[in-house]
Order: sequence, then structure tokens, then C-alpha cells
Amino acid sequence: MPRNRRNRAGRAGLIFGDLWEFDPAPETADPKLKPRYGLFINGSFVRPRTGRHFDSVNPANERKLAEIALAGPADVDAAYQAASRAFRGWSALPGRERGKYLFRIARLLQDRAREFAVAETMDGGKPIRESRDFDVPMAAAHFFYHAGWADKLEYVAPGRRAAPLGVVGQVIPWNFPLLMLAWKLGPALAMGNCVVLKPAETTSITALKLAEILQDAELPPGVVNFVTGAGETGALVMGHPSAAKVAFTGSTEVGKAIMRQLAGTDRRMTMELGGKAANIVFDDAPIDQAVEGIVNGIFFNQGHVCCAGSRLLVHEPVAERVVSKLKNRIRVLRVGDPLDKNTDLGAINSRAQLDKITRLVASGVREGAVKFQPPCPLPEKGFYFPPTLFTKVTQSHRIAREEIFGPVLSILTFRTVDEAIEKANNTPYGLSAGVWTDKGSRILRMSTELKAGVVWANTFNKFDPSSPFGGYKESGFGREGGRQGLLDYARLE
Amino acid sequence: MRTPDTGRIPVTKTPKVYLGGAFIRSESARTFKISGADGAFFANIPQCTRKDLRNAVEAAARAGSGWARRSPYNRAQILYRLAEMLEARGAELADSLVLFGARRADAARGMAVAVDRLIHYAGWADKYEQLLGSVNPVATAHFNFTVTEPMGVVGVIAPDSPPLLGLLSMVAPVIACGNTVVALASEKVPYPAVLLGEMLATSDLPGGVVNILTGFRRELVPTFATHAHLRAIYAAVEGEDRRALRLGAAESVKRVRFADPRGDWFSDSAQGLEAIRGFVELKTTWHPIGS
Repeated sequence: MPRNRRNRAGRAGLIFGDLWEFDPAPETADPKLKPRYGLFINGSFVRPRTGRHFDSVNPANERKLAEIALAGPADVDAAYQAASRAFRGWSALPGRERGKYLFRIARLLQDRAREFAVAETMDGGKPIRESRDFDVPMAAAHFFYHAGWADKLEYVAPGRRAAPLGVVGQVIPWNFPLLMLAWKLGPALAMGNCVVLKPAETTSITALKLAEILQDAELPPGVVNFVTGAGETGALVMGHPSAAKVAFTGSTEVGKAIMRQLAGTDRRMTMELGGKAANIVFDDAPIDQAVEGIVNGIFFNQGHVCCAGSRLLVHEPVAERVVSKLKNRIRVLRVGDPLDKNTDLGAINSRAQLDKITRLVASGVREGAVKFQPPCPLPEKGFYFPPTLFTKVTQSHRIAREEIFGPVLSILTFRTVDEAIEKANNTPYGLSAGVWTDKGSRILRMSTELKAGVVWANTFNKFDPSSPFGGYKESGFGREGGRQGLLDYARLE
Repeated sequence: MRTPDTGRIPVTKTPKVYLGGAFIRSESARTFKISGADGAFFANIPQCTRKDLRNAVEAAARAGSGWARRSPYNRAQILYRLAEMLEARGAELADSLVLFGARRADAARGMAVAVDRLIHYAGWADKYEQLLGSVNPVATAHFNFTVTEPMGVVGVIAPDSPPLLGLLSMVAPVIACGNTVVALASEKVPYPAVLLGEMLATSDLPGGVVNILTGFRRELVPTFATHAHLRAIYAAVEGEDRRALRLGAAESVKRVRFADPRGDWFSDSAQGLEAIRGFVELKTTWHPIGS
């Protein structure tokens, strides 16, 4: 018998959730980490010429996981040289053969999926449920999808010949380390480009583990090179004169800085930047399904998602009901050990990010929005933030305008379809949006009016390698996924 | 200004820029003199300011949603109608090119290519969607499709030469896919663009869809670069202008595309789907299946 028939909040209305205690259910697969990782240049791990390393820390308990090499100018140079040398052979390979390497990578990653999931969760803090069921399988899917394109490039651009650009410089963020890497490598390699990629400094480990797979797959040396480090290393990768194109995923602020840095060049660019997505719930929506979607939209990966549904727009007739159900729902979200299979919200990626979230939440309170956080025990060590809702939010509040990149939802209401569209589009961003309604025609009307690159209807945070993803306005330009994403890595002759 | 032998004093035209569907002088009342190839005074041309540019962006923004909503078939017919206007007044346009130094044969060829190019893009208006968009075979139960949308107001900076064909080659693909345009005409030979404005006005193209400014690049490039409501720039410029445009564009993550001002504007390779692809956004929708 349960010890306590009342839930944590002491209300009798909700009779599930913590009726029974959960036993810990840790995922125990060995992540097979090395104590120290070099740079992956020209097919092998090398010591950085800077002679320096930095620590990668598990944000769940602040313990050191491994030492990561710090790449300086000479290292980035070496990586570009290796990539430039490899380009001639790689781009001249028949597409069929290039594709086989990518197929191999996809398969080898699937073989070691659980190991990679554990490593991803330990390095980044995301729940094992997500890294196991989403990040790693989706990364493998991206390699597999793009592998099949390599020998079909004559179909990519009607009437034109698609040719590779050369060496591509790529910088990726810490929220989906392995998946973003797969998004970047897949199309670049299928098209015949070579790559110099920098993972985020807090989450380099799965990239370096993937380098082991690239070795096992016998990918020719130099085709892919990983240089690790922080922003300075990133600027070196983006600014290197040998790069024919740069692709960046990260904050709008850094994206703009890169655009300025490269203003004097003819470098091609793809930018996948920030977002402040509206998730719009109409009164005819399936409400319970919508509540699940709202939770998934904002609390997936602790809200560290550029396309997170961080602005909830609710139709006034159902606003009270939606908010009340939402509060009940987040009372039973489990925050804690990311390696526990029952965990819903894992660790915030870093102390710096935790501080940013804390600051923005404080601004929400200061500016007059009403905060709701369920009573929720947090582990003593590590970086955690409870799921947070704000009601009485106005469009001018910072929490309604700025990307928080954390588990914080700002709730606004609307009366008419036009008002919903107006409010949803009232942002410099335009990455994604969600629409919840029973009417197919309304879905299509909203999809037409919303200035966003991806519109999810009665769902949120869905991704697929065949489905182009990318932003409008200050959320960036270029697409990733699908034929359209592939074209962004091609020169058309 | 030439006086013919007949003794009659000809009525000369006051060149005005075509902005928001009306013919106006610059709000600054500034002009600059242009002369024909023989050095004789021809006319005063409006020296547009950044305020004119901002007004033009407003006009283009007002025209934007209506133009984007026109059916592709309708946009195609309007572009075709513009080609008809050009063909009918081809001799006048060719004369204006010759007056400013083009050889007669080149002017005639330029006119023919310009008309053909318009027809090329008229035909694209209802076809690019099927080539740039897609239905995507996702693994979940969703009807997943990607469609194009116009970017909005696009700033076009035309090459100095060829003054008419260059401008048209850049404007046509941008409006064919539903954008509206604020264009800066050739600085050296602006008069053909003034004439083009008169043809736009009679072509069924709604006012404000294409706005053509005349003036000096060094005065207007900074505003093209930084105006946040210009969602994209298409510029036939080089060197320092490119840097300035890219630098300003970073502030609002504006899309920038360059054309080579010294490229072969007469060739068929100067036209096609790629020019349209540069000025559409791609939107992916996940529509649920089943209920």
C-alpha cells in the first residue's frame, strides 16, 4: 500500500505520480571514456600544439569526466591542411563509395548506441531516456539518410551539376552534441566536402568517440577533423582562409559576430541560430494531448533547444483549464540524475547556463509575471533548475522576448486567430512554432501566416533527416535535412 | 540638350523615380545632372536619399502581402504583360541606351534579351514551387511538406552596365516569387531605369511592388545594409560595397546575395531557378495524419 495518498503539493485531486516511490533505475552501460582526448586530425588523435587541455565536467555531479585538448591557431591550421589534402581524393571518389563510408558510420554508431547514449548523458546532462531514444538513433538516421544521397547528386539540382565546395568549417552547440554533429557531417560528406568541426567545449566527448568510429569505418584520413576548445577556437575555425563555407549552430549573438567577422570575405555561410517559438493552443485542441505537447515543447532537454516552445499562447476560453492541467502535469515531472531512466529533466549543461536561467527568471518576477514552480527536490551537487511556468506575461517582458534556453515557459493568452498570429510573429526570431487545433484548415492557415521555418501541428520538437529544418529572420538561414539541406553544401555548375 | 532643325522646341521630360506606384522627385529636392555620350546636357535626375529609401521600403512593405498572395498564374501574367510593354517601347528604350553610349547593335540585342528574360521569369512564377519545395518521407505519422515563401522586401543594387538588362535581370526573379523590391538603378546610366518605371506603371504590376531609386551608391549602400525591414539584399557590387553590405546585414541576420557586375548579363546562364532560390524562405510543416 502506498504510504501517502496525497501528492507532494498536498492536494487530493491528483492521485498519481508519487503514490509509489520510484526505485532508482540507473542506466549502467559503460561509456568507455578515455581519461584524456587529443585532437582528431588527419585520421588520428594528436596532442595539441598548445600543450594545453581543459576538463570536461559531468554537470549532474560536477565531477571531471575527461581532459580535452585545447586547439590553438597551429592546430586549426593543421586540421585545415589535412582536410585540404584529403579533399581531392574524397571529392573524386565515386558517390557510391563515399556513401558506403557513411552507411558504415551509421551502422557502427547503432552498434554502440547505448555506450554513446551514456556518454552523451554524462557529458551534457540530458536524461538518458532522451539520449537513448532520440539523440543517438536520430544521429545514426542522419548518417544513413545522407549516405544514400552520395550517388544521387545529379538529382539534387534540376538542370545543374552539384559539386562539392571544398573544406567546410563547422561549429556546433552543446545542447545536442552528437546529433548536431551528424546534421553537419552527413550532408557535407555526402556532397564530397571535407570538414573541420569544433564541438562545444562542455560537450566534446561524443564527437571524439565518434572519431573512433570514423577510424573503425576506415574513413580516409583528413576527410573529417575535430578540433576542441572554446569560443576562441571556434573563431579560428570560422575565420580560417581555407574554409570554402562555414556552418554554425548556436546563439544569434555569436552568429552575428561570425557574420561580421566574415563580412570582408566571399565565404558561404549557413546559420542556425536562436529562437523564441510560440506554441499556440486553440480552444478546439485536444487539451490533454496539447498539455503533453507543451511539456515536451519546453522541458525536452531541460529547454536547451533552439526551437523550444518557450512562449505558450493559449486561447482565452481554455486558458484556465490548460494552465491548471499544466501545473498538475509538471508537479509529477522528475528532476534529477540524468542517468536514471525515470528522469524527465536532467542537469543544466553548465554553471554559466544555470546562472543565465536564474537571472532571466528573476527578471520575470521583477517585471511582474507570476512564477509557478512545483515543490521539487533537487540534487545537492550538480546544476539543476526546476520546471518553471510564468503566467501574466506580457509581450514586453524579457522572458517573452529573450531566449532563455532553460525549462522556463512564458504563458500568454489571445482571443482571435489574428491576435495569435500577431503575437506569435512579434519576435525577431523565426525558427519554429506549434499549433494545436482540431481543424486541418486552421493548421494550414496558421502554417501559412507564421513566420517560422518549422511549424508543428498537434505535435512539437519532431525531427527527421528528410525534413528541412532552419530559421526565418534572426533565427538564421540555410536548411539542414532533406534535399534542401544538401544543396547548401553544393556549388552548382 | 539638342534642338532639332525643324525650329520647334521639343518638350523635354522631367525624369522622376517610380516609388509606391507614383512618380516623385527626391524628398530632398536634390538632383544631379546627366549628359549624353556626346557630352550635351540631358536632364536632372533625382538624387535619392536614405529617407527616400526608407519611404520606398515602406511602400514595398505595404504592397508585400497583396503581391505575395497573388496566384502564381497571376504573377506570371503580370510579368508577361511587362514584357509586352517593353517590347512595344523597345525602340525608345534602345534609343536611351544609345544616347548614353551603347552601340546601336548592342542596345537592340540588350532589349531583346531583356524582354526574353522577363518572359523566362514569367514562366517560372508557377513552376519553381514544385522544384524547390518537397514532400518529406518522415518516420512518424505526419504529412510533412516544405514549401517556399517570399522573404519580403528585397533591396536590389543594379550594376552600372548594362543599365537596363542588369536591373531587370535582378528584379524579375525576386518579384516572380512574390517579394517586393526597392532597387537602386545604375549610377552611371540611370535614365533607362526611369523609363522602365514608366513601363512598370502600365504593366498591371501593383504600385509598390517595384520601387526604383536613382542616386549615388556611396550615399545609399549604408542604408541598404542596415535597414532592418529589408529582409534580403541582391547586389551587383564589388569590394568595399560588399563588405559594407555584409557587415550591416549581420545586425538583422539579413540574407545577402551578390551578382558579378562584370558577368555576362546577356547569356542564358545569367538566369534561372537559382536566382529565385536565393530569395525564398523554406517552411516545413508537420501535419498530423489520422484522427
